[in-house]
Amino acid sequence: MKIKHSIMLLMLLFFSIAQADTTLEPTAKAPKHVSTSTADHSQFKILQQEFKSGPELTTACLSCHTKASHQVKQSLHWKWEFKHPQTGQMLGKKNVVNSFCGNVASNEPRCTSCHVGYGWDDVSKAPPAEDNKVDCVVCHDTTGTYSKWPTGAGHPLYEPTTSQGVTHMPPDLSKVAQSVGLPERENCGSCHFFGGGADNVKHGDLSTALIAPDKHTDVHMAADGLNFACTTCHVSTEHQIEGSRYAINTHDDGKRKPGERRDVATCESCHTNKPHSDNTLKHVKLNNHTEKVACQTCHIPEFAKGGIATKTSWRWSEAGKLKDGKPYSEEGYTQGDGKHLHTYLSTKGSFEYGENVVPHYAWFDGQVKYHLQSEKIDPSKVVEVNEVNGSAADSDSRIWPFKRMSGSQAYDKVNNTLIYSNVWGPTTDTAFWTNFDWAKAIQAGMDSIDADYSGEYGFIDTYMYWPITHMVTPKDEALGCADCHSENGRLAELEGVYIPGQSKNATLDKLGILAVILTLLGVMGHGLIRLFLSKRGKQS
Amino acid sequence: MIMRRVVLFTKFERFWHWTQMTLIFILLFTGFAIHGMHALIPFDKAVMLHTFAAIALILLWVFAIFWHFTTGTWRHYVPTSNGLFRVARYYAFGIFKGEQHPYRKTYQRKHNPLQALSYLGLKLFLFPMIWLSGLLYLFYPIWSNLAAGTWWLEGVATLHVISAFAILIFIIAHVYLLTTGHSFKEHVMPMITGYDDVELSEAEEAYLQQDEPSHILPNTPQDPH
Repeated sequence: MKIKHSIMLLMLLFFSIAQADTTLEPTAKAPKHVSTSTADHSQFKILQQEFKSGPELTTACLSCHTKASHQVKQSLHWKWEFKHPQTGQMLGKKNVVNSFCGNVASNEPRCTSCHVGYGWDDVSKAPPAEDNKVDCVVCHDTTGTYSKWPTGAGHPLYEPTTSQGVTHMPPDLSKVAQSVGLPERENCGSCHFFGGGADNVKHGDLSTALIAPDKHTDVHMAADGLNFACTTCHVSTEHQIEGSRYAINTHDDGKRKPGERRDVATCESCHTNKPHSDNTLKHVKLNNHTEKVACQTCHIPEFAKGGIATKTSWRWSEAGKLKDGKPYSEEGYTQGDGKHLHTYLSTKGSFEYGENVVPHYAWFDGQVKYHLQSEKIDPSKVVEVNEVNGSAADSDSRIWPFKRMSGSQAYDKVNNTLIYSNVWGPTTDTAFWTNFDWAKAIQAGMDSIDADYSGEYGFIDTYMYWPITHMVTPKDEALGCADCHSENGRLAELEGVYIPGQSKNATLDKLGILAVILTLLGVMGHGLIRLFLSKRGKQS
Repeated sequence: MIMRRVVLFTKFERFWHWTQMTLIFILLFTGFAIHGMHALIPFDKAVMLHTFAAIALILLWVFAIFWHFTTGTWRHYVPTSNGLFRVARYYAFGIFKGEQHPYRKTYQRKHNPLQALSYLGLKLFLFPMIWLSGLLYLFYPIWSNLAAGTWWLEGVATLHVISAFAILIFIIAHVYLLTTGHSFKEHVMPMITGYDDVELSEAEEAYLQQDEPSHILPNTPQDPH
């Protein structure tokens, strides 16, 4: 129910505000994990009351879980800010520019509807300070009925609300409070599956296909298999959840002793760096690959599986075209599950999609550097909104699969910087989705962070890289040797490593073949002369 | 000097030769598959077969080296300039005029000087080069961290490929040279049965008849050649 609910909310949002990217229907349900808790929350008196708001519910939670809010407030989920330990860049959703909706600032409370709190409507300030402004149940609801309202700055609905002729009922917070449990895939997915505005738009390997996937779609999360929750790998300590897109652990020596720290969400954390277990020569050879090849490279041959496409290109430069003065849309793509997806929206521009996408491969040491708004760009080239760091020479780097997003987005033509834009704001005269005026939208976005803006904008082509790590396929569907070890193999464009079967010195090979042919001709010539002369000898 | 039919190639030598030949053909076939020059065998199968054949060949060679030194057979490969030019001249000119091959096999010297020199080059340079590069290649994971991001692996691979081409060229010439002289069969049979006609000194003949009677056939009418 939860998914249906949140999908309906999403539909509502897009029809009413930016026009829908996609129309979705409920997805299959996954088997819930049996609670092993010693507490039945429906027994607690404090939860047997009518909660009028999220914060009121949180106050009740905190009466027992006294440190929970403090813990959550130390997390990336709360701060949306991350100081990169190596580059020193201040990253996090609050700060980075991406090639999707661009930026958070000036677009609250739409963007902050995914904040793990209530009422953060201005990201230039810290999130609300009160302890009860932490949203416990977005992660801990097990009823599937709780959902943050898309424009509520993190709040759910509190009153029945009619939008586009559909009336949406508020969640029963009392029931939600009495049914709390550990997060399931649906909890994490209610935000993470919808990054970029709709199902699987952003990551490519995180979509509603993971709510109840088959083994082909994800061997770990398969509803009829291991049925992992996200937190099976993304383990947490004091609400700090392991796993990052900015500073990734590309490897782990694994094999922790009982009770020993194990908060690194890598494949090797469980599978070790010698994951192929037979002592056959083939497995020894495969294990030799782990020093240079990420597990993901062979074991996720394709992403955007399970019938849900991912957006592979988003051209903002096309946005703003109107028909008879009105915004319009085109639905030129049908994804695997039969849904039609927008290929053009006046509000957002033109899109391309991909399903079962073959990744882009690059050396990756886990560290991602962003082009922040304050940094200069070179508009003569395709700008990499984020750069993945790594090289063949570095022992931390692995060959890693990525979703490479193509974009076209606005920039400051004079200052040569990326820009912030104000896209959302149904009642403002600056929001692009309302007024289709880039000049005003960019000015408002830049003003919201007090950034220097020349007033002149253009559009640049961009790439953005999304490390692929989910949608691991069963082992018999993993890549075979020849997928890379062959002419024009998957790693043909990768530099810095010699790959037998793919890398070759063409001149050397030609010379070698030539030498063999010349030898053959030489001996044949020698033999023919012998034959000819001996016949002549016999005749004479 | 007496022409007698004796065991010129012992059982081990023949086993060594033909096993080596089989393994080298397997290695060439799988090696060129790994190098991407044909796809008649899947990559993983080619790697497995190549690795096992290489290990087998190296083992064989460890035995062969031991055998060469313990039996003194290595002396057959000591290079000599004595008669070298005449043999080379024969292949370049004399052979076309129907001349006799200038070299006579002896019990102590079963290869002609040019042949001995080619085999020596093969054993001292080409085989060590392909094994050394092959072993480095096979055990790359051990030194991969030292060589990461450098061209060392490519260098090793290149050396390995050059050696492979050189060995293929050797084989072509080697097989062709079997057609020179009397007949292809006459060249091949000694390596199968072990027996060949060689000129023996009286001392050698006496020794063989006395101590190794199974290595010398009873006197038969000689070939008119």
